[in-house]
Amino acid sequence: MKPAPFDYSAPEETEEVLALLHEHSEDGKVLAGGQSLVPLLALRLARFDMLIDINRVAALSGVRRSGGELVIGSTTRQADIGRDELIRRDAPLLAEATRYIGHFQIRNRGTIGGVIAHADPTAEYAAAALALDAEVELASRRGRRRLPVAEFLVSAYVTAIEPDELVLAVRVPVPTGRAGIAVEEIARRPGDFALIGGVASVALGDDDTITRARVVMFGAGPKAMRLTPLEDEIVGRRELPADLEATSRRVCSALNPPNDVQATATYRREVAGPLAARLVRSARARAQGDSIVAASR
Amino acid sequence: MTASRSISITINGTRYQREAEPRMTLGDFLRERCGLTGTHLACEHGVCGACTVLLDGDAVRSCLMFAVQADGAEVTTLEGLSPDGGPMSPVQQGFMECHGLQCGFCTPGFVVSAHAFLRDRPDPTESEIREELSGNLCRCTGYQGIVRAVQRAIEIQREREPGATLEQNHTAGSGA
Repeated sequence: MKPAPFDYSAPEETEEVLALLHEHSEDGKVLAGGQSLVPLLALRLARFDMLIDINRVAALSGVRRSGGELVIGSTTRQADIGRDELIRRDAPLLAEATRYIGHFQIRNRGTIGGVIAHADPTAEYAAAALALDAEVELASRRGRRRLPVAEFLVSAYVTAIEPDELVLAVRVPVPTGRAGIAVEEIARRPGDFALIGGVASVALGDDDTITRARVVMFGAGPKAMRLTPLEDEIVGRRELPADLEATSRRVCSALNPPNDVQATATYRREVAGPLAARLVRSARARAQGDSIVAASR
Repeated sequence: MTASRSISITINGTRYQREAEPRMTLGDFLRERCGLTGTHLACEHGVCGACTVLLDGDAVRSCLMFAVQADGAEVTTLEGLSPDGGPMSPVQQGFMECHGLQCGFCTPGFVVSAHAFLRDRPDPTESEIREELSGNLCRCTGYQGIVRAVQRAIEIQREREPGATLEQNHTAGSGA
């Protein structure tokens, strides 16, 4: 099908975008990579009178280091994130999650800001950003603010963004010590939406004590969610508990994943437990091997 | 302001300036405004991959962007992969030799996609080929012939220009 008619503007400056968003907060929509928005328009599941295309705003694209953070501009393409040297070094979880997003043709257009703002429950980057304690930087004519990803994501396709706000960037703190990550997604075919997936990020102290752990599942509920009881179970230990998988299964039995034509909720819960345990083991093993990298950082 | 506006896109090396409403997809623009019917549109919501073209060298779905967004860009379509009157591209030749198509509707998307990923990854394993083709749907072949066609395309490229990759052919098309 074809989208309904709309007006279109493609400014080159952030301030112009914010002015348009101010004017069109009721009837306008930001167009980033378009890999989710355009299907919604084509299927007439969504309709806007005004599309504000931000692809020509150079300031919104690219990756830079700022103090202890990586600042990833909202229109940075997924394909670029997957191969970016800074991201591969300082936020490898994002780089490695990239290959699970759609297909390569989609990743050539799709953007990180678009993923975060669309808030699909199966979004890989949303889970990764949550595991990395990232923040979403927002702007409107009223000013700028930052929100932790945990506060930004509200529910399925719902975020804390105001109608006149624009996602400027995703800001990711760069780990200072030994850290390891893991990402895995269960889907019937490459490129499918995840039936369920997860990411883990583990930091180790000098004596191998786990100082920080994040285990985040996606496709397991309305938004990416941390398995906090599992994290609490492993932080402070030098060795992983012998009953890690049983603990993980117990924690995941409390999940309430969707029950749909792709998979049953029972299946997703069954898969989640061992998946989360694998992620923890894999992230910790990589953190243990990270000492050389950490020394040069 | 939903009225048509002038859009200029360089397609297969030739500049096209045409009018289109903002809601016209790049795929429809190629077919209906430029007469380049090698690009096929099937699902029109980003699932099937039939409409894949190269936008400034990168494979994208032409149904998931609007023509107005490509104003000033360079697009390569199926027609641009082999020069007029010249030999077929290695991927096209591979598809012909290995029966990589039956009805042929999805074929332009497969050929353009395969062209793009072989340029970036010239020596993929069969498993990698299958993963890279996962964004294109074919309802006839069962994919076996398509995978063989891509493997054959790699051989053809080596036979034609030992040591070369598909990069050389990438912008070679003089096009429409």
